[in-house]
Amino acid sequence: MPTLIELKDDVYRGAEDPFTHVADDQDMAAGDVIVSLNRFQSEGEGLLSEGRRVGVRLKAEEEVEVLAYDLPRLAVVALEFPKYRDGRAYTNARLLRERFRFKGEIRAVGDVLREQAGFMVRVGFDAFEPADDASANEWQAAARRYRHVYQRSADGRAPAFAEREA
Amino acid sequence: MYQYDTIDKAMLADRSSEFRGQVARRLAGELTEDQFKPLRLMNGLYLQLHAYMLRVAIPYGSLNPAQLRKLAWIGRTYDKGYGHFTTRTNLQFHWIKLADTPDILDHLASVDMHAIQTSGNCIRNTTTDPYAGATAEEVDDPRVWAEAIRQWSTFHPEFSFLPRKFKIAITAAPKDRTAARVHDIGLVLKRARDGALGFEVIVGGGMGRTPYVGPTIREFLPVNRLLSYLEAILRVYNRHGRRDNIYKARIKILVAALGKDEFAKQVEAEWAKIGEGSDLPDTELARIRGAFAATNFEVLPAQSEAFEAAKASTPAFARFVRNNVKPHKKPGYGIVEVSLKGIGDTPGDATSEQMDVVADLAEQYGLGDIRVTHEQNLVLPHVKLDDVPAVWAALAEAGIATPNINLVSDIIACPGLDYCALANARAIPIAQHIAEKFRDQDRAEKIGELKIKISGCINACGHHHVGHIGILGVDKKGEEFYQLTLGGSGAEDASVGSMLGPALPYDKVADAVDTLVDVYLRERQDGERFLDTFRRTGVTPFKEAVYADAH
Repeated sequence: MPTLIELKDDVYRGAEDPFTHVADDQDMAAGDVIVSLNRFQSEGEGLLSEGRRVGVRLKAEEEVEVLAYDLPRLAVVALEFPKYRDGRAYTNARLLRERFRFKGEIRAVGDVLREQAGFMVRVGFDAFEPADDASANEWQAAARRYRHVYQRSADGRAPAFAEREA
Repeated sequence: MYQYDTIDKAMLADRSSEFRGQVARRLAGELTEDQFKPLRLMNGLYLQLHAYMLRVAIPYGSLNPAQLRKLAWIGRTYDKGYGHFTTRTNLQFHWIKLADTPDILDHLASVDMHAIQTSGNCIRNTTTDPYAGATAEEVDDPRVWAEAIRQWSTFHPEFSFLPRKFKIAITAAPKDRTAARVHDIGLVLKRARDGALGFEVIVGGGMGRTPYVGPTIREFLPVNRLLSYLEAILRVYNRHGRRDNIYKARIKILVAALGKDEFAKQVEAEWAKIGEGSDLPDTELARIRGAFAATNFEVLPAQSEAFEAAKASTPAFARFVRNNVKPHKKPGYGIVEVSLKGIGDTPGDATSEQMDVVADLAEQYGLGDIRVTHEQNLVLPHVKLDDVPAVWAALAEAGIATPNINLVSDIIACPGLDYCALANARAIPIAQHIAEKFRDQDRAEKIGELKIKISGCINACGHHHVGHIGILGVDKKGEEFYQLTLGGSGAEDASVGSMLGPALPYDKVADAVDTLVDVYLRERQDGERFLDTFRRTGVTPFKEAVYADAH
């Protein structure tokens, strides 16, 4: 099982994952689950009515717009990085936060490497399943590498042009 | 010129220390070469045929003397005493040791330089007019927007893992010296009838395997909305650009597949949702604009006696002025082009000594300003005409006063098979053979503007598609052959060249160019450039002459 790293109140911590990833060809697990978009569309109502927390795992080519009406009921949106070089999940995460005001967890899954931590945090990811065995401390060090940023993004950090005016 | 403040400097320091840690992990064996590769590529460090190559960013091709001297020093200390200026207006060191790279990045940072985003599938260095701030042709200074883009695109959280690399060019003059129409995005600064500034936005031009002249998707974008509009374009591309095939991943393929109208519609729809929140505040634009405010020009008469006297007495100087000195917006000043295309030299290479000479001249005579052109030359944009004779003498002494700007020997060539692991064929010696062939300066001037561009493979780093004469190296059963194209242009009259005929062997290329030039001289009508004649006559007379032997 991959370690889960959570970002809460500006601190990165290793955490027990309360969710179970359930693949499309697996039997449904008990408790809180993360399922594919397909499975959510067919079984989501039932799962939610059982009172469990539900997350949806989007592939890189699936766009968050498809979840727009379901977001208030979702605890987690997990965004897949099939390869670290595939940057589509960055757009999905940013839109979840900025355009859809999603308040739940946005989790990075797949080829998730510490070298990308800074970018991920900036677009709104707050949970990570690192593929490179990075510890929470290593993840935090990587995510905090840069003291300044140049752009506004989903993390609310003041960009350079705002710092200059302060 | 823009001065880095504490924030800009902190960015470079943080990057440098990050990379030092990564190199240490690699040298200690904690990272394999496979794991290290993506990290070094984010710092412009490539592994080439013989050694590591470090590509140093020169944002929008602008350098001050301290920076150029530092590049000279790095070339002397860590390389073989030279560097190579590229068509992206960056500088490459081709003989670098991995263990030295963290120190090199620190030395670069000490003069506000870096290698950020000189490789990888991110937004690369923005090209702008090397005459910016000096030419009377421009409607506004394009460097203001290039600097705004530099900051916006640096470590962009959403757009650092695009389907493929992404290159932007900005020009503000009708004469395009940036190849804007063959960039991923080309921005042409214009004034509306009411005086408002805006950009014509061109998207999806490019070279490589599938060359396109980019279509205009918006005729007029108000300047202060630039960053939100770029965000919309990049978001559509990031989501929908192809990621299954590296050769179909550039934005040009997406634009061509959707059609420019549908692509524009998607961009406009996304832009409407983004709103103004992503634009730079006017205060920041004013701050950047202030950094490029008019330099301290002296009030001078339009004519310089010293300049005119030197022209009259020294034919070599007069020739240099005819070809390498361009009109400046201020009376009594000129724009001086420094040719890195000496006959027999490697196009774009400069020795550390030559870099020092240019830095000294910029300091003494050039208001401390140096530019790199995408055609791989240097420019001193602000030289008093009174001082041009002294500048010329010093350049000539250093071997970089070749009077050939825009002439047949002012050739763009990629590093080719002499350095590059991707190349099929050599490019540099082909350029050298052609330059030798046209060594006679009277003949070269008689031929006039003729842009030859050479690439050692289909990736087209040497821009062969947009050469008036383009030359592409191909591999035929292990032998180097060269495919010639005619009639391309990367300027405001952009077009992709068309194929001349079957590829030629290595030792026939320079002769074929000579033949093409003879046909042009025979066919041309008054005032026509090679390109104009070709466009009028079509390929037939050229083709007949080059392949006459074969029949």
